[in-house]
Amino acid sequence: MAEEPRDELPTNLPRLSLHVPEPKFRPGDAVDFTAVDIPPAGAARRPDTAALAADFPDLAYTLVRVLDDDHQAVGPWNPRLSPDVLRRILRNMVRLRAFDDRMFRAQRQGKTSFYMKALGEEAVAVAAAHALDYEDMCFPSYRQQGLLIVRDWPLVDMMNQIYSNTADRLQGKQLPIMYSAREAGFFSISGNLTTQYPQAVGWAMASAAKGDTRIAAVWCGEGSTAEGDFHNACTFAAVYRAPVVMNVVNNQWAISSFSGFAGAESTTFAARAVGYGIAGLRVDGNDALAVYAATQWAAERARTNQGPTLIEHFTYRAEGHSTSDDPSQYRSAGEPTAWPLGDPICRLKDHLVTIGEWDEERHAAQDKECAEEVRAAQKAAEANGILGHGLHQPLDSLFDGVFEEMPWHLREQRAQMMAEEAASGRPWARK
Amino acid sequence: MTDTAATAQPADPAADTLRMNMIQAINSALDLMMDRDPDVVVMGEDVGYFGGVFRATAGLQAKYGKTRVFDTPITECGIIGVAVGMGAYGLRPVPEIQFADYIYPALDQLVSEAARLRYRSAGEFIAPMTVRSPFGGGIFGGQTHSQSPEGIFTHVSGVKTVIPSTPYDAKGLLIASIEDNDPVIFFEPKRIYNGPFNGHWDRPAENWSKHPGGAVPEGYYRIPLGKAAIVRPGEALTILAYGTMVHVCRAVVEDAGVDAEIIDLRTLVPLDIETIEESVKKTGRCMIVHEATRTSGFGAELSALVQERCFYHLEAPIERVTGFDTPYPHSLEWAYFPGPVRIGQALKKIMSNA
Repeated sequence: MAEEPRDELPTNLPRLSLHVPEPKFRPGDAVDFTAVDIPPAGAARRPDTAALAADFPDLAYTLVRVLDDDHQAVGPWNPRLSPDVLRRILRNMVRLRAFDDRMFRAQRQGKTSFYMKALGEEAVAVAAAHALDYEDMCFPSYRQQGLLIVRDWPLVDMMNQIYSNTADRLQGKQLPIMYSAREAGFFSISGNLTTQYPQAVGWAMASAAKGDTRIAAVWCGEGSTAEGDFHNACTFAAVYRAPVVMNVVNNQWAISSFSGFAGAESTTFAARAVGYGIAGLRVDGNDALAVYAATQWAAERARTNQGPTLIEHFTYRAEGHSTSDDPSQYRSAGEPTAWPLGDPICRLKDHLVTIGEWDEERHAAQDKECAEEVRAAQKAAEANGILGHGLHQPLDSLFDGVFEEMPWHLREQRAQMMAEEAASGRPWARK
Repeated sequence: MTDTAATAQPADPAADTLRMNMIQAINSALDLMMDRDPDVVVMGEDVGYFGGVFRATAGLQAKYGKTRVFDTPITECGIIGVAVGMGAYGLRPVPEIQFADYIYPALDQLVSEAARLRYRSAGEFIAPMTVRSPFGGGIFGGQTHSQSPEGIFTHVSGVKTVIPSTPYDAKGLLIASIEDNDPVIFFEPKRIYNGPFNGHWDRPAENWSKHPGGAVPEGYYRIPLGKAAIVRPGEALTILAYGTMVHVCRAVVEDAGVDAEIIDLRTLVPLDIETIEESVKKTGRCMIVHEATRTSGFGAELSALVQERCFYHLEAPIERVTGFDTPYPHSLEWAYFPGPVRIGQALKKIMSNA
């Protein structure tokens, strides 16, 4: 039981007060982001990838930015990518957005139970995936579906998982979007936040211990950095100088909690790296070139045994947390459009147009092509069934894969279930 | 199960059989598996240079190098989380949690990750790790060096729980656990690291030198998981126990002159239900003994299984002799510990029931 507040203070000490963070804007508020400190593109220095972590804490408090207000790529972090690569990155961001749109709508149509978009954060996963090697192992959270898109994982296969249909490689065992694609270097997604962080470090340690050349990359949201596993992972990564790129996607919101509840009022998330002795970079997460450059830098650092890097991607979650969330209940509707770092797709498109390697017509045509690709994939996936139409897996597969070999108690329970279903006369008991 | 009884003791005390205590047997199993499989790695707090606070990993780092046997930061959740990632890479980690009482910070990684990984990825990724951890009381360990949390893990689908009671079993079961492709929680009863304990704390301590379970082959052998051992055949009642309690029960039974059949479960999940069922149907009585607290302890599961499967053979209510539903005390240890007095009285009660 809490103690009663004391009416009369025994001394003349000032009364204590508890600080509870509060976001600047709530529903109905006019949004003004002018207080967000956005350093100019090209201003941040680019140290050598072999630099000691202690030598550049300044980079944890600024923003690495490449694309300036005139859509030019400037400064030492400009990765100087060929127009072909730039167009591929743009196309994959567009594909991701089209995929998200379609699947979000599929959930609203009752074709599946759940979906989560990455709207506004497309550059974070897509540009990073372009900067990593295909053999590098990714430990994503649930908002890095862009990694699979870049790695040319079939959209149909992703949708099969979302629909839990007959072709779902996870046999209907997982909530939609909790993909697993070992062949694409995409680790099984867990619902438990940040558990993948120490796992990625362990994978990277194993790779190093074996004298391999592959590195690991891991993602979590800024809200999830509050989990103990974030601390565990940073400690292990620093202690063993694990070849891992640790990404924090700071999209300002953890469901309804603004980033202040993860500590953002007092510091940056990249700054966490400083205390662990890890290289920390803070990048404009809506600038695909900055994300690419930072990832490439961190990957090179890891590959040359210089250890881990923590990258904070400063971005904005433009959509609700999930199909189960309504952001109008806790934040101003004006936030997504007022976000000072803009839209990652528009920014890269404008850059390509500015340098004469793209135009609005081609862009509109590409939008259509990607929408058509996704639509065709959806049609193919729905031919394998949708969740709304009931069970698609053999009933007894429920017991598969708990252990490598099924022990007696699971065999007994499986037999019991099959007998119950047979007796019940339910139509799917015959499957 | 006839073959389980046969593997309970070394059947052939060949020339390569040595006398070992349980620590040496565990060390021997780790040494042997590291030698056979370059993917086996040992990690944990103080396990490297120092060789472990109980010496279980002594000499391994010098022999296999720092990248295969290494000290870790003091973070149990980190140790298990990193081990899951190493398993996903293709290694076969054997992490140590210094005391079972300190396994709780790692629960999320064990329950939500290691145990579910195969299932949730439909077999794409697995967690072939063996978590070693000293457990159990009887050493004046107080609240945080005495606990028996096995019931927490037997409740989790996807992990196996193994508890040896002799050096011979410890080595054979640990080898089988490390080779197993599922995550295994391997609890080592630290009270019997150096010798079998009969529950008489006021009598001189024994060591493993004369006990048949202290004869351990130098080389490779395995005791299959999921197979119990009948350590004392009998007709009057069936006693189900594991770890230290196997030895305490044996001493009580011999003092009381009751012809009990004592079954050392060795593996709690998967459980050797056939051996249990066969025995209780023969004896008509069943007593379950564990150090862990009573309510929702593993004894409750055993009792339910016996009741369901042997109901018409039972001649008396099933007895559970366990630790009390309190935190493990320090000075009142021998009042808490299910020792000869409590087990003896339960024995009288179950035998006097018509």
